[in-house]
Parts: sequence; C-alpha cells; structure tokens
Amino acid sequence: MDYLLLQMLNGVQLGLLMFLLAAGLTLTFGIMDLVNLAHGSLYMMGAYIAWTLIGWTDSFVLGALLALPVTFLLGVAVEAVVMRRLYARDHLDQVLATFGLILFFNELVRVIWGPAGKSLTVPAFLNRTVEILPGVPYPAYRFAIIVVGAVVALLLAWLVARTRLGMLIRAGASNRRMIAALGVNIELLFTLVFGLGAVFAALAGLMAAPLTSVKIGMGDDILIVAFVIIVIGGIGSIKGAFVAAMIVGQIDIVGRAFLPDFLKTFMTASAASSAAPAISQVLVYLLMAGVLIWRPTGLFGQRT
Amino acid sequence: MMSKLFGPATIAALAFAGLQPAMAQSPIKIGFVSTFSGPQAAIGEDMRRSVELAKEHLGGKMGGRPFEIIYEDDQFKPDVGKQKSEKLVQQDKVNFVTGYIWSNVLLASLKTVTDEGDTILISANAGPSQIAGELCNKNFFSTSWQNDQTPMAMGQYLQGKGVKSLYLLAGNYAAGKDMLAGVKRTFKGEIKGEDLTKWPDQLDFSAELAKIAAAKPDGIFIFYPGAHGVQFLTQYVQAGLKNTIPLYQVFSIDAITLPQQKELALGTLGAQEWVNDLPNEQNKRYVADFKKKHGTYPSYYGAQSYDAIMLIASAAEKLKGDLTNKDKVRAELKKADFKSLRGGFKYNTNQFPIQNFYIQEAVKDADGMMTVKTIATALTDAKDPYYEKCPMK
Repeated sequence: MDYLLLQMLNGVQLGLLMFLLAAGLTLTFGIMDLVNLAHGSLYMMGAYIAWTLIGWTDSFVLGALLALPVTFLLGVAVEAVVMRRLYARDHLDQVLATFGLILFFNELVRVIWGPAGKSLTVPAFLNRTVEILPGVPYPAYRFAIIVVGAVVALLLAWLVARTRLGMLIRAGASNRRMIAALGVNIELLFTLVFGLGAVFAALAGLMAAPLTSVKIGMGDDILIVAFVIIVIGGIGSIKGAFVAAMIVGQIDIVGRAFLPDFLKTFMTASAASSAAPAISQVLVYLLMAGVLIWRPTGLFGQRT
Repeated sequence: MMSKLFGPATIAALAFAGLQPAMAQSPIKIGFVSTFSGPQAAIGEDMRRSVELAKEHLGGKMGGRPFEIIYEDDQFKPDVGKQKSEKLVQQDKVNFVTGYIWSNVLLASLKTVTDEGDTILISANAGPSQIAGELCNKNFFSTSWQNDQTPMAMGQYLQGKGVKSLYLLAGNYAAGKDMLAGVKRTFKGEIKGEDLTKWPDQLDFSAELAKIAAAKPDGIFIFYPGAHGVQFLTQYVQAGLKNTIPLYQVFSIDAITLPQQKELALGTLGAQEWVNDLPNEQNKRYVADFKKKHGTYPSYYGAQSYDAIMLIASAAEKLKGDLTNKDKVRAELKKADFKSLRGGFKYNTNQFPIQNFYIQEAVKDADGMMTVKTIATALTDAKDPYYEKCPMK
C-alpha cells in the first residue's frame, strides 16, 4: 500500500513537471496557432540560466526565482524577433523556423556554458526525506516539486478562469479572429502568452535540473511527450493539459515500476527490462490514438 | 651520353636515400575515439589528459619516431562513433585506433576498424562480452577488462562478507547486461530484484528507488557510469536509503563523479582493476604528475588510456619505429611488455588482460579531497569468463 502510494506520488511529480511544459505549449498552439518546436529550448535555457544565477546568488531558491523573470524577457524577445513573423505563415514554415531555433539555442549554450553540461545540487534544506504518512518517507525535493507544481497549476487555473487576461486567452483559444475584430490588442496578448509559456517551461527545466542534470538538448526529448499531452488534452485547453499530463505521468511510472515484474512472469529478466519501457512508451501513443478516434479534438478540446 | 645514363640512377639513388630518414621521421598516427561533448564529456577529458601525459612522459616519441594523436568525439552515440572510426582509418590512415568508453560504441565501430580497415584497435575502456568471446579479433587488444570482471570482483567480495541479498540496477545496453551477468556469477545470495533502466535517457530513478525500499535487500548493486552515477547517488541519498541499505557499485563512484558527489559518496564500496594508490613507481609518477597539472585525481579511464599509449610505445620501441609488418606489431603488443600503471599484466588468448581486481572505499584524502582507497584484493590473476569461446588460441 505504502509502495503504491510512493509510486503514485512519483507519477504525480513527473506529471506536474510535464504539465508545466505542456501548459505553455498548449497556450501558444491553441491561441496563437503556432507550432513551437523550440519550447524545449526554453526549458533548457531556464535550467542553464538558473544554474548561472544560483551560482551568483549562492542560493537555490533566490537563483531559481530570479531565473523566472529573466526567461520571461527571453520569451518576449524570442516572440518579438522570430515568432511574430511566423503567425501568418503555415505550420510547415513554423516547424522549420522553430527547428532552426532549437539548433540556435543548442549552439548558443555550447558557446556560453561549454559542451560538458552542469549539475545543480538540491538545496540543503530539501536534501532529506519528509514523512508523507507516518513511516513512509518521501524525498523532500520531489515533494517540493509536487507542491510548487500544484500551486502553479492552481494559479494558472485562477488566471485563466477568473481574470481579464484569462478571459482573453480563452476567447483567443476559441476564436482568434473574433477577438481581434473586437479591438483587443492581440499583439500584446500574444507576447504575454508567449512570455508566460516561457516562464512555465523554464520553471519545469530548473526544477528537473537537480534530478536529471543540466545539459544541451535536455528539452528535446521531453518536448515530444509534451506534444502528445496537449494532443490528448485538447489543444488550447489548460485543464486538458493538466489531466493528460497526470495520466501520462502515471503510465510512465506504471511502465517502470510494475510492468517489468509483470513481464518477468513469462519472459526472461533482461527481455522484460527491455520491453517494459518500450511498452509504456507505446501505451502513451496508444492512448493518444484512442483519444483521437473517440474525440478528435482531444479530451477537453474545442468542438468545431 | 654518360649524364643521360647516370641521371635517372642518381635521382633514384638520391630519392631512395632521402626516403629512409623520411620514413623514420614520419609520425606514428594514433586515433582516439572518446566522448568530448555532452554530459559524459568529463570522462573523455580525463582520458585526453592522461594520453597527453603519456605523450609527455615519452618525450613525444616512440621507437625514435614522433607520434600524433587525433582525437574524435563520438558524442556518446554508436552511429557517430562508427563514422569517426571510419574517418580515422580511411582518411587519416592511422596506425592504431584507441579510446572507446562505451561498449555499444565499440561494438558498432569494431568491424570498421579491425576488418575493413585492417587496423589495430586497442580498447582503453569498453570490454563487451561478445569481443572477448566469439567476436574476438587478432586486431583487437584491451588495456582495460572484460565487462563481467569488475562486477565479478564486487560479487566475490560481497559473497565473502556474508551479504545475503542484493537488488541490481544498470543501464539497459551492452555493458549493463554484462555487468549484471558478472555480479551474478560470483554472488550466490538472493537477488531481490533486478532492473535495466532506459539508457542513456533515464536519469530519474524515483520508481526504482521506491521498488528497492519496498524490497528491503541487504545491499544495492549499481552500474551507472559518469553523469548517471552522480544522479543515482544523489537520488539514493535523497530517498533516505543511505542509512538503511548500503550501496555497492562499479564505475559509478570514481575520480570523474566524486567532485560532484562529494560527501554523499563517503563509505561506499566499489571494485576496479586500477586504483590511484597502487604502489608501483610508474603509477606514483602518473598520479602525482596528473594531480600537479590538473588539481584532481585521475580515473581508471585515464589510467587505461595511458596504458594504451604505453603499450603501443613498447611495440614501436621493439620494432625501432617500423610498423609496416602488422604480424610483428601484433606479436609485440601481445607480449604486453611495458610498465602498466596497475603493475603489469599478461594477455590471455583473446587479448584481454589477466589481472587483479581490488575493492576500494570512497574516502577523503589528507587535503580533504574526495578519492578512493584500496581496502582489499578481490580477484588475483583473473581471466574473463568468455575467453574459451574465442577461436584464437
């Protein structure tokens, strides 16, 4: 029972990280109709910028907090310099241009921070365990990720559902032309949304960094999963991204924690170990295919 | 008339005379394939530093000829490693190719170098079971070990210590499979669980650590080289397991990873064929010079690379720099007649070393720097378990 709870928490922690990444992606895709492959680069930049700032300030929390406005500015700059020219183009042009951005950012990191990758250490006050239930220890840092992720998810839900900006975002997601016609400053809205997406990506990147190290291309692998999440959840829907990220997080953990032992009952240990992660990855795509058949616009997507 | 006759002959004679010293002076070329970018670049850097140190100790010459090292970055990817090996053999026409941290990179590159290129390959680290057994090759030599052996040493030691049960973890690739097979050859206690994790992309071990906590083994055995070892140890400590379940490792806590692992590693045990405190003259000089230059301890990756260069030098020395007859070169290499940093070894029929393995503990040295120190000899004159499958006798 405790074991099940621990593994579920691991799934939640993973899901929340992916949600932060997917939230920005679903906003830019849903509202701005922009396919941004370089979203993973913002995740990476967040981790590198945080690494530098943590080094300067000598405090994990302070450095991480400072990294957020810096990546917001970076997001705004990227939007102003590159993305703005792409809105009117078709998706293929956007894919090409943002793929170019991935290469640009990877090279930029190589020039500034070198090829070797960096490691971020967990702050001392989190380098221990907390008892989530009496006698059930859980790593404090992972617990902190869950708390931060949950708070950010709630903030975002409040922002989207209760504020004027959120109203515009929702309106933009359902009909972009109409809100432009109503006189909303759509350029400013797009810039804000893109900057916000960058901040969420950076937050995910810097929180994942102590677990998986800071390296070139760290956002590229996770970006594919983030795309799957927004397709499952419905493009443009924050709620959808959240639910889909939670499901995908649990599937990943099940694939690592329970599937190998299950497979070992009728396969050799090494075959089972190889097959389990592959099957859990396939499961995610099967889920996506199933959702697309059942609801072509995703779980919480706009019906057209 | 006379001049017409003499002309070509003189030219030929002069050209021939000119050729000899030119031959002796043309540099011996050694290709070195390793990882110089990405999160595992620290390993490649340690190897490069050791190769440069070997070059310095040799005065830049082998058998009277200068030599040059051409470094190539495999980017931690088998396909890139193969391309780079191909480039070294076909374009640079190197005399030897060495390096190779990763078993999957080595397996991808082997045939390109040894068969298609008929060039001698000396692995300075990777030792996949296939090459020790059925794929063994007259052009392949190792200055490291076969993958099973280091974990066999660890397993032997734990068996002797009376450890009752283990949980095994390794990356899911050629070396990871060999490592787990190795520890199970000598450790006869209960295996409470065994996971091969996705390699190299999985760096988050939350699910595995929760499984270990639930399985309650007497110890954890891991194989997570370089950056992965750093992540595993941190997460193992964060999960609060260090006080309850001891960690035993191969290739996961060493001079590469300790600068990042720091005190978290204190007291953990590992196995290796070379340790920085092995008491022979050449090793003392190597470790002291390396520390003086770089301010850190060298690792076994570096020591094995240093040995690879010294092995080549020993053959070049005996043949006075003439490497044209490959049979002679191979015969000289096979003698392993050089001062290895591990104090000397002999070659088995499959051209893998017959050597000792030691157990070491992570400690702080007199200056407060993290390092490892030998505490026991686990295996003496050990042969790998695959050599009988090798057709070479």
